[in-house]
Amino acid sequence: MSWTLALPEIVLSCAGMAILVLGVLARENAFRMASMFTVGAMVLAAVLVMAGVPGLGYSGMFAVDAFSGFVKLLILAAAILAVILSMDYIEQENLRRFEFPVLMLFATVGMMLMASAVNLMSLYLGVELMSLSVYVLAAFARDDLRSSEAGLKYFVLGALASGLLLYGISLVYGFAGSMSFGDLGRLLSDKDHASTGVTVGVVFIVAGLSFKISAVPFHMWTPDVYEGAPTPVTAFMGTAPKVAAMALLLRVLGGPFGHLLAQWQQLIVLVAIASMLLGSLAAIGQKNIKRLMAYSSIGHMGYALVGLAAGTPLGVKGVLIYLVTYVFMNAGAFACILAMRRRGRAVEGISDLAGLARTDLGLALWLAVFMFSMAGIPPFSGFWGKLFIFQAAVSQGMWALAVIGVLTSVIGAYYYIRIIKVMFFDDSAEAFDARPASLSVVAVAGGLFTVLFFTFAAPVEAAALAAAKAIFG
Amino acid sequence: MNAAGFPLLSLLTFLPLAGCAIILAVRGDDAVVASNARWTALWTSLIVFALSLLLWVRFDQANGGFQFVESLSWLPSIGITYKMGVDGISVLFVLLSTALTPICILASWESIQTRVREFMIAFLVLETMMVGMFCALDFVVFYIFFEGVLIPMYLIIGVWGGPRRVYAAFKFFLYTLAGSVLMLLALLAMWVAAGSTDIVVLMKTQFAPAMQTWLFLAFFASFAVKVPMWPVHTWLPDAHVEAPTAGSVILAGVLLKMGAYGFLRFSVPMLPDATAYFAPFVFTLSVVAVIYTSLVALAQTDMKKLIAYSSVAHMGVVTMGIFTVNVQGLSGALFQMLSHGVVSGALFLCVGVVYDRIHTREIARYGGLADRMPAYALAFMLFTMASVGLPGTAGFAGEFLVLVGAFKVSFWLALLGSSGMILGAVYMLYLYRRVIFGAMTRDELKTILDLSPREIAIFAPLVLLTLWMGIAPSHFTGFWDASVAHMVDHHQAALAATIKLAGIVK
Repeated sequence: MSWTLALPEIVLSCAGMAILVLGVLARENAFRMASMFTVGAMVLAAVLVMAGVPGLGYSGMFAVDAFSGFVKLLILAAAILAVILSMDYIEQENLRRFEFPVLMLFATVGMMLMASAVNLMSLYLGVELMSLSVYVLAAFARDDLRSSEAGLKYFVLGALASGLLLYGISLVYGFAGSMSFGDLGRLLSDKDHASTGVTVGVVFIVAGLSFKISAVPFHMWTPDVYEGAPTPVTAFMGTAPKVAAMALLLRVLGGPFGHLLAQWQQLIVLVAIASMLLGSLAAIGQKNIKRLMAYSSIGHMGYALVGLAAGTPLGVKGVLIYLVTYVFMNAGAFACILAMRRRGRAVEGISDLAGLARTDLGLALWLAVFMFSMAGIPPFSGFWGKLFIFQAAVSQGMWALAVIGVLTSVIGAYYYIRIIKVMFFDDSAEAFDARPASLSVVAVAGGLFTVLFFTFAAPVEAAALAAAKAIFG
Repeated sequence: MNAAGFPLLSLLTFLPLAGCAIILAVRGDDAVVASNARWTALWTSLIVFALSLLLWVRFDQANGGFQFVESLSWLPSIGITYKMGVDGISVLFVLLSTALTPICILASWESIQTRVREFMIAFLVLETMMVGMFCALDFVVFYIFFEGVLIPMYLIIGVWGGPRRVYAAFKFFLYTLAGSVLMLLALLAMWVAAGSTDIVVLMKTQFAPAMQTWLFLAFFASFAVKVPMWPVHTWLPDAHVEAPTAGSVILAGVLLKMGAYGFLRFSVPMLPDATAYFAPFVFTLSVVAVIYTSLVALAQTDMKKLIAYSSVAHMGVVTMGIFTVNVQGLSGALFQMLSHGVVSGALFLCVGVVYDRIHTREIARYGGLADRMPAYALAFMLFTMASVGLPGTAGFAGEFLVLVGAFKVSFWLALLGSSGMILGAVYMLYLYRRVIFGAMTRDELKTILDLSPREIAIFAPLVLLTLWMGIAPSHFTGFWDASVAHMVDHHQAALAATIKLAGIVK
């Protein structure tokens, strides 16, 4: 057994505990120091991930391969952006408690474990470590009724989803006789072992994970939790955990249950169509930008699932590229949303953006870039994500899915360009407060990534393809 | 390397972005920034235009293939390359785009007073997208530029437009996007089938007839909206009426050509069987567009709306010409596209001139302008005649050639198509009479001023171009004769092959 396989996770966990101790000992500025150390630990973990050697360890529970490396780097990038986003907000809102970045750190460890999980047991542990941390984060503004409500709601529904997941795992274990992905893959390639019980188990596992990526019909919690949670937590929830849960779905369905494609494919197609439809239609009437982003993320997960529904390495590659583009445009968009403060108070209405192009052209331009990108307008990164997703669907002849996908993207474009309309066409409202440098950094980083994605699409595509091939082995 | 010795087309495409960077870099008070933005935009677009004249000089007219080709590895593993090049069909549209842009910037010199910097940036980005689209030789590159046009145009209509600008901007954006995404699926299907998105490769690929039908319909959804063809033309009058003058000029002059160019670049050469199969359908829509929208134009009380509807009618002639797929029809369609680009752009500028002075586009509010504005009346007269298709002006050769081409297909098609010329004369002359002639009854018109030197500088090149295209059309048709002949041969050969194949199968 080679324990060094999990070195990034081990380092990150130890750093988390060290920061906790430091936080208790430090007299002042504990929050800012903890945040800085968290970012540092995550950067260190990212370097270790890049240096990682492929292998299987911990009694076949934990794998390091191209796929886990790709996903972990993406998760760490998303987490780092979220920690940076949270620094000034937490201070402005008087929530400065050093546990905040530490919780984000442990959630990240859970997500990295999910990316490496090759056993249903380690899968479940990763999911729970992530979820428990995020439940607390959602309720972090404990004096705020909406935040407490969000945390409670997320916890109750999340516990239900975990139950579903665990039930699915027990069914699969009971009927197939193994929890290891490798064994399951070998067993299920034989038709005799692929009994109805296993199929039912797979359905439960898919349901549990669909909850985590907030795909329809397991999306109910999303708008309320997005709206209620402190905005940096929303930014975090909207990126890294989605990536981790989607990656897990890819690995579980592509690897051990790859031979049951015929069984789960229709399920994923249905969930994808429902998510795309709801994501585009329900967002139209929203007045709160955080709620709008919740529906937008439901829609985006629907598009990502289109690639999974294709059930090929090409499709998985498309999903991974989609997730990359999604993380950066989402983080950037939330940086812009966090910059919406007037007289020291955060505002969240779409109408508060009115005339932003006159009062703060830079912010308006970046947010416009993110909105156009989310609508899938080239040359921005969102277009490339959709291009690869739909290419996978078309190459499998899934025309109905592709046509519904592009048509819902047109409906979705309506609410994205409506935000641009509010910012550019409407008369200006009062200017926002000066924004802290941390938000500008994230907005510009996400914006440049989104605008210039086409220049480095080739290496991302190559890495995603290698990662996709790793899980189909 | 290509005929210019350096990547000319990429330079033409991306130089305007350098202008944007300069405009963005300048700081100062509003007046300084605005003035700087105007001059930078003008100089950038003039330099681009001057460079594009190299295309006119160095283009080898005897060569029917692609010239000035440049190719750069982009996403090699999945068959996408950054490839640019022009042939006889696209080269003059590059020139049209680069020529109209400085004219539009001059035309907005005084009429755009708010957020000048942003306007100029949007316009230069628009130029990049237009030029890039006509030069693209890779389908994905083409699609990026084709869709990218939506972003600056949406902002131009929405920010600097008229009272109903928001509605018009949304309608423009969503209509064209809905069409384009279906084209994206067709693109993906061709990509999967051919393994490449290189347009030259796709032109040589033979797609199965059943697949062609679907591909054709997907392309049609996109290009028909862009042209626009009846009955999906309704976004155009709204967009034209609300857009600022320069936006209308570029919309009529170049953006409408993108749809027709798409038919010429993709539908006809890549899908020969479906083209032949759907030709009667396209003819029907074209004839309806010609007759119906001409009648609608006759009933308009708003000058811009009238010209917008006349654009739909003229573009109906273009689609009719394209789908005859014979030398005269295609050549005529190309000529009509070019002349419409110049003439309708000029007509919108004519409207802009009086709108800047009186701030209304109601035809009834005008009359008797000939007294006070002789130079304006003269220019307007010339463009009206060109729009009608008077011999000796730009409008004639195109319509004539299309009708000759249509005659080869069907007598009735030519007859119905030519009715458009008569109706066109009716509504244009009626418009001209009401605006320019008659007694000057309104007080606010009594002090109206004739063209300023700046406006003369705008109209002079357009007047010259209109006359040049009318008197010596062969200077222009020479560019595309070889490409058109090649395209017709290719089409006939592909159809013959299909018939032969069908014979074997039977």
